Amino acid sequence: MSARRIVVTSGKGGVGKTTTTANLGAALALRGKRVVLVDADIGLRNLDLVLGLEKRIVFDLVEVVEGRCQLRQALIKDKRFGELLSILPAAQTRDKTAVTENQFATVIDELAELCDYVIIDCPAGIEHGFRNAVAGAREAIVVTTPEVSAIRDADRVIGKLNERGLPIRLIVNRIRPDMVRSGDMLSVEDVCEILSAELLGIVPDDEDVIDTTNRGEPIALKADSRLAAIYEKIARRLEGEIVPFTVLGAPTFLSRLLGRKAG
Amino acid sequence: MLEFFKRIFNPQPSSVTARERLRLVLLSDHLALAPDVVESLKADLIAVISKYVDVDADHCDVTFEQQESVVAMLANIPILGMKPVAKAPRPAPPPALRQAQDDMPPPITDPSPVSASTAKPRRRRRRRSNANAAPAHG
Amino acid sequence: MHPSTELRAGYLEEDPLPAAPPAPQRRGRCIVVTSGKGGVGKTTTTANVGVALAAGGARVVLVDADVGLRNLDIVLGLEARVRHHVLDVLEGQAELDDALVSDKRVSGLKLLAASQTREKDDVDTPAFRGLIDQLRERFDYVLIDCPAGIEKGFQNAIAGADEAIIVCTPEVSAVRDADRVVGLLGERVKVTLIVNRLRPALVRRGKMLSVEDVNAILRLPLLGVIADEPGVIVSTNKGEPIALDVASPTGQAYRKIAGRIVGTETSAPEIPREATFFGKLFGGQR
Repeated sequence: MSARRIVVTSGKGGVGKTTTTANLGAALALRGKRVVLVDADIGLRNLDLVLGLEKRIVFDLVEVVEGRCQLRQALIKDKRFGELLSILPAAQTRDKTAVTENQFATVIDELAELCDYVIIDCPAGIEHGFRNAVAGAREAIVVTTPEVSAIRDADRVIGKLNERGLPIRLIVNRIRPDMVRSGDMLSVEDVCEILSAELLGIVPDDEDVIDTTNRGEPIALKADSRLAAIYEKIARRLEGEIVPFTVLGAPTFLSRLLGRKAG
Repeated sequence: MLEFFKRIFNPQPSSVTARERLRLVLLSDHLALAPDVVESLKADLIAVISKYVDVDADHCDVTFEQQESVVAMLANIPILGMKPVAKAPRPAPPPALRQAQDDMPPPITDPSPVSASTAKPRRRRRRRSNANAAPAHG
Repeated sequence: MHPSTELRAGYLEEDPLPAAPPAPQRRGRCIVVTSGKGGVGKTTTTANVGVALAAGGARVVLVDADVGLRNLDIVLGLEARVRHHVLDVLEGQAELDDALVSDKRVSGLKLLAASQTREKDDVDTPAFRGLIDQLRERFDYVLIDCPAGIEKGFQNAIAGADEAIIVCTPEVSAVRDADRVVGLLGERVKVTLIVNRLRPALVRRGKMLSVEDVNAILRLPLLGVIADEPGVIVSTNKGEPIALDVASPTGQAYRKIAGRIVGTETSAPEIPREATFFGKLFGGQR
């Protein structure tokens, strides 16, 4: 059976697409799924860096498309997950116009025969790179932060995805419950209402992400991290399980009343 | 300290402001991104207005503008004249009078009443190179 | 009317700013604010540096080059006043003056917005460059907000510029992307660096790259360092650029950056230190 093909996109840059792709992939692999992560950000690749695999790149997506290597040669297995997690890196010295939508879709088709999940890390923007990344996908995860510009860009991207008929689920990233409580940040409810999208996950802002990215370790592997638990829940929801969103931190009476959630 | 005083004198939380601003800007963006909807709206608007006045359909323009707290629709519809008011049919005159009337020359009637609005049709010379271009504010 | 009065009256009508009559060859400076990586603070920086420059008396125009995903208008709180955009001007659908939005809070500051519905490929690079040249005749500073990436949007944005500010956060992907952009800019422009969203406490604990770490790789003249401040999110929520907030450390940092650009600020950028207890009590996180 062919894999599920999911693009992780946002419109706005820097909201956490690559971090989400890496950690979702890791969480699924930890549940025994075979996962291939594809970096569609040709010219500004970062998926390899976030997973600490940058030194192992030999071939990349563009070389596969141009026939200079086999697809299997370009795939890098992440040994921390046995045989279950691989990445197909982007080229660093080209740009997004190096590959057409059809070529990209063909690569995804080939990958879909080898695993259970193909997850595509989409670049920022809505141009060529976005169109390529979406060309191979059948589902989309839109990542946004609870900030005005991110939400505006997510809205635009949701419009584009709707045009293509892709089912969409939303991850609200980098929420700061203290700022939401003080009224200085939009809440998850605000974001979902504005974007009218089905919620897949709520990920709080966590300074450990910077530290683990520095070391090339997906936080989903850090057993004691609350973010690891959250990515695990997101993976379970993706698999079809109904997993309630849990309350962040020590629930106060007020937070229970107002239904502050995360997870 | 300053934040504290600001909160007292400017009580609306910024998240509330953000929500309102987003609502308006997204509405504006959505309208700009749906030129077919805008065209249908324009066509319907012209049809409705044409029931009451004659309009210069080729020079009608509908745009959406984000104002301080609303998105407003601005319609520029040149009016050429009032529609002729439908008159109730006159009762038939008695036969003798009818014969006398038949011998008289026909009366001069003015089919469209003169009014200020027909003095000169307002023409907006707006060159649009692309009929489907997004409204002015893009 | 005396001939000199007549001349002066006419001049004032045209250009109400109390400046000396412009020298015929004077051209404004064009600075592109770029990064490679998205989400590091280019738009926030463009907005705030522009505000600070204009507050100091310069005539400034901010140009949003992020066609299709514009945000400079919303960060400035001017989204309700945009009527025309760059493509309207380039395609003759609108006059430049109709497209320029004045900022009521800061005289001397204008915005030229991007289209929200078109694409970056729709912009003809030579025409855009011509527009930038035109703007340089009228303004002391033309700041261009560059989109993320290195494709057409980036190429358009750098076309008319002879200076670039690279905004970079102290994170590995941002540094890597900034490095790529430095390579692409090459020798053609004068490049400086702003390190944004520094968290001094994390740097001290070894969990975040320091400014020195970042600049050991990028090796650029440092224009400024800005600590992460929740106030920036609040300011974007409200559409009130933080450079207008006299109490905000971020606002102060942007004002100093503007000073360095103009040449009036000669101090080297301060690296923010971890906030002390008293510092936090009195609302400063430096």
